Amino acid sequence: MVKQLEKAGIPAVHICTIVPISMTVGANRIVPAVAIPHPLGRPGESVEEEVELRLQLLRTALDGLQQEVEGPTVIERETRTPERKVLNAAK
Amino acid sequence: MPGKKRLVHYLNQFFGQIGGEEEADIPPRAKTGPVGPGVALQAALGDSVDIVGTVICGDNYINERPGTAVPEVMKQIRALSPDIVVVGPAFNAGRYGLACGMVAKAVSEELNLPVVGGMFPENPGIELYRQYLYAVETGGSAAGMRKAVGAMAEIIRRLVNGEEIGTPEEEGYIPRGLRKNVWHQQRGAERAVGMLLKKIRQEPLATEYPMPRYDRVTPAPPIQDMSQAKIALITTGGIVPSENPDRIESSSASHYGRYNLYGMDRLPAEEFQTVHGGYDPTYANQDPNRVLPLDAMRILERDGVFQRLYHYYFATVGNGTSVAKAARFATDIAVELKEAKVDGVILTST
Repeated sequence: MVKQLEKAGIPAVHICTIVPISMTVGANRIVPAVAIPHPLGRPGESVEEEVELRLQLLRTALDGLQQEVEGPTVIERETRTPERKVLNAAK
Repeated sequence: MPGKKRLVHYLNQFFGQIGGEEEADIPPRAKTGPVGPGVALQAALGDSVDIVGTVICGDNYINERPGTAVPEVMKQIRALSPDIVVVGPAFNAGRYGLACGMVAKAVSEELNLPVVGGMFPENPGIELYRQYLYAVETGGSAAGMRKAVGAMAEIIRRLVNGEEIGTPEEEGYIPRGLRKNVWHQQRGAERAVGMLLKKIRQEPLATEYPMPRYDRVTPAPPIQDMSQAKIALITTGGIVPSENPDRIESSSASHYGRYNLYGMDRLPAEEFQTVHGGYDPTYANQDPNRVLPLDAMRILERDGVFQRLYHYYFATVGNGTSVAKAARFATDIAVELKEAKVDGVILTST
């Protein structure tokens, strides 16, 4: 589905657990999720911790939407550039 | 009994008769003899092949940490000293198909043994691992178990007897993408001219080599200024309002839904649920934001990281849904998003 969105000119990030499927099928911007039954959550943690985890994953995803990519790329959490961190902190 | 070939069978938690989704996290373990579909397979194989053991592993366990899980599975397989390994059949189960494929690759590369399995052609296990096993072509569900077992037994028998396995078309297995040199009566030049003449006369002809379709999409240009951007959420995790008003199917979804997020800060568990039939719904039903992360998106929106969240989100179920249908959903959604001037999408999958 993300491929069709990109074909239409809308950048899209795929947050998914089984990254190899997404890479092979050809999603261009991929963020690895936590686990299949809870991609953006971790049962057992407090609600606050889960929301914090969610925020991190989504920030990575939003980063991915701002990155120039050449083909299927896994956007990792550490790829946030310092300048971008400053930009977001200033808001 | 000397001379009997040893077969080891790999199964997931469900076919290994341990349990359903709730047992998808179990680490690998070995059982003596055949289990589940292995019993039917043993009957079909008769006396020359012995299913000496079955290795069972949870689909989530192996898919979430393949780097450690596959070696664990291989240790159990090695301990049984197989002459041949069978995986599945996995039909159209994606995680199971991938697991079977990973095991097939490891067995093939590390033990240099033949591997036989069965899958539906669209199973991602085929896309990634087709060259490591003879996967008989099956239907989409375990209703085809008997036929699959029969076809697998046939190929297993030939392999243990050292017989040549014919082409995919002849034997009913999914093309492995491997090239084999064969002698042909006519020279290549003659065959090519023959094909061209057929084409000119508009007669039916069969290609000797289908051109591979590398369906890559050029990445859309990145968003320049995220603080001004409108972002939309989509999920294939099946998060829908509790009554599932659009009756989205829990498998092989025929359509998608669009749901209003106006005025909502998070998805309340009492009002939303997952209808996806392919994963344990417990955690998503406890907190739908674990799959459709509305709460965190609202925080980021409030913080000005991006300008606005599109007021509708789109949901479908990714379980066994055909590639063609899913592509169509997205093409339709893209039309709406473009009209609404959405700048980027986050799509979550389970």
